[in-house]
Amino acid sequence: MSWISDALTSSIGRKLSMSLTGLFLVSFLFVHLSGNFLLFKADNGDAFNLYSHFMSTAGIIRVLEIVLVAGFGLHIYTAIVLTRKNAAARPVEYVANGSNKKVTWFSKNMGLSGSIVLVFLLLHLQNFYWRYHNWDIPMVEIDGKEYKDMYFLVASVFKNEWWVNPVYLLGLLLLGFHLQHGFASAFNTLGLEHKKYSPIISRIGNLISVLIPLGFATMPLYFWLFN
Amino acid sequence: MKSMNLTLKIWRQANAQAKGEMKTYSLSGINDHMSFLEMLDVLNEDLVKKGEEPVAFDHDCREGICGACSLVINGRPHGPLQTTTCQLHMRSFKDGDTIYIEPWRAKAFPVMKDLIVDRSAFDRIQQAGGYVSVNTGSAPDANEIPIGKQIADEAFNSATCIGCGACVAACKNASAMLFVGAKLSQYAMLPQGQVERKRRAEAMVAQMDKEGFGACTNTGACSAECPKEISMANIAMMNREFLTAKFTGEA
Ligand code: HEM
Ligand code: FES
Repeated sequence: MSWISDALTSSIGRKLSMSLTGLFLVSFLFVHLSGNFLLFKADNGDAFNLYSHFMSTAGIIRVLEIVLVAGFGLHIYTAIVLTRKNAAARPVEYVANGSNKKVTWFSKNMGLSGSIVLVFLLLHLQNFYWRYHNWDIPMVEIDGKEYKDMYFLVASVFKNEWWVNPVYLLGLLLLGFHLQHGFASAFNTLGLEHKKYSPIISRIGNLISVLIPLGFATMPLYFWLFN
Repeated sequence: MKSMNLTLKIWRQANAQAKGEMKTYSLSGINDHMSFLEMLDVLNEDLVKKGEEPVAFDHDCREGICGACSLVINGRPHGPLQTTTCQLHMRSFKDGDTIYIEPWRAKAFPVMKDLIVDRSAFDRIQQAGGYVSVNTGSAPDANEIPIGKQIADEAFNSATCIGCGACVAACKNASAMLFVGAKLSQYAMLPQGQVERKRRAEAMVAQMDKEGFGACTNTGACSAECPKEISMANIAMMNREFLTAKFTGEA
C-alpha cells in the first residue's frame, strides 16, 4: 500500500488533496447558500426553522457534517503543509520585487485569503452553530410542534451584534478572491485542461467568485439594514 | 545610439559557503545597443582593470538557445522582457536607472559564486526519466509514423524548453513543475514515449520532489516569464500523467 501514501504525500498528491477538498467545499457553498435563501421566504421564518431543524437532526446530514469537517480539516492541513514546503523551497528571498502583470494578486495570496476566510468561519460557527446547540434560544411553534427559533437568532445577531457584519462582508470578499483563483486552479491541478473547456471553467470561476459572496452577503445586509 | 549611466546593485558571493551581499557599482557610457551580458562584460573589464574580482555569471551561446544565461533583473528572471538575458538589450532600460541583479533563488539551485547557481538538479530530473531508452531504430523517413500536425506542434512546443530555470526563479514557491511538465509532455504526446510513459512520470516527479522544489499554485508566473513561452497546459499534463501512472501503473 505504500504506493498510495507515496502518491498522496508527493507534491502533486498534496495538490490533489487541495483541489479535491477545495472543489468539495465549493459544492458545500452551493448547498449552504441555497438552503439559507429560505430566510427570505415570507413566512416569519417557518421554512427556515424547519430546514435548520432538519439540518441539525437528520442522520444523513450528521454524517455529511463529519465529511464536511474532514474536508475543511484536510484542506487547511494540506494548505499548511504546502505553504511550509513552498517557503522552504526558497530560503533566500529576492531583494528587488518585480511582478509580472499577467500574474494575478488573487493567485499569489491564496494563503492570505484562506486564512481570513478561516477567521470568519470560526466567528460564524460561534454565532450560529455553537449558539444553536448550546444556548437557550427561544422556541417557535410550527404546525403544533416546538422548534428552536433559528430565524430569530440569525435576525438578532445581524441586527443587535451588528459589528459582526463588517467581518462577514470582509470574509465573503476574501472568499470571492479565494474562489477567483481557486476554482480554475483546481481543474489545472487535476490535469483537466482543454482548449475548449478551460476558458469556460475560468469564466465559471469568475462568475461564482462574485455570485456566491454576493448571495451570502444579502443575508447580513438585509437583517442589518432593512429589517 | 544613446549612451547611458547606470547604478548596478549586484549580488556578490565568493563561493557556495560564503555569506553574500548586494554591492553597488556605477557604470557610465553604456551603449543602448549592447546586450545585458555585454554591459556586464564592460563592468567586468572595469573591475579587472581596478584589480577587483569580476562578477561571475553564466552564459554560453548568447543567442537565446542554450539556456545558460540566468539573472533575476529587477526582480524578474531575465529582466523586463520575456526573453533570455543574452537577448535583452540595454534599450529596455533608461539612463540613470538603478538595476538590481540577483541569482536564481531556490533551495534546489544553490549559489556557487556571485550570480552563478548550480542547476544540476534539472540534470538529475532528466536522468531520472527524461529520455527514451527503448530502441527506436534509425531515423525514420518523414511521415513514416503518422502523427497529427497539432500533436506534433504541441510536442515540439514542449520540447523547446531550454532548461534555463526561469520558471523556478519566477515561481513564488520555487517550483520546477513547468520544466518537468514540458519534459514529460514532449514524450507523452509521441509514440516513441509510450513504452516508458508511466515509469517516466513517476520517476521524474519523485526526483523533482527529492531536489526540494516547491509545488505549483497555478499562478502562471513561470509561463509568463518563460523565454520559450511553455504553457501551463504542460503542468496539467504532468499532473494527469503522474496521477494516472500512480493509480493505474502495475509497478
Ligand atoms: C469555503 C471555504 C473554502 C473553499 C471553497 C476553498 C476552495 C479552494 C480551492 C478550489 C482551491 C484550489 C485548489 C488548487 O489550486 O488545486 C483552494 C486552494 C487553497 N486554499 Fe482554499 N478554500 C476554502 C477555505 C480555505 C481556508 C480556510 C484556507 C486556509 C486556512 C484555505 C487555504 C488555501 C490555500 C493556501 C490554497 C492554495 C494552495 C496552493 O495551491 O498552494 N482555503 N481553496
Ligand atoms: S547564453 Fe544561451 S540562452 Fe542566453
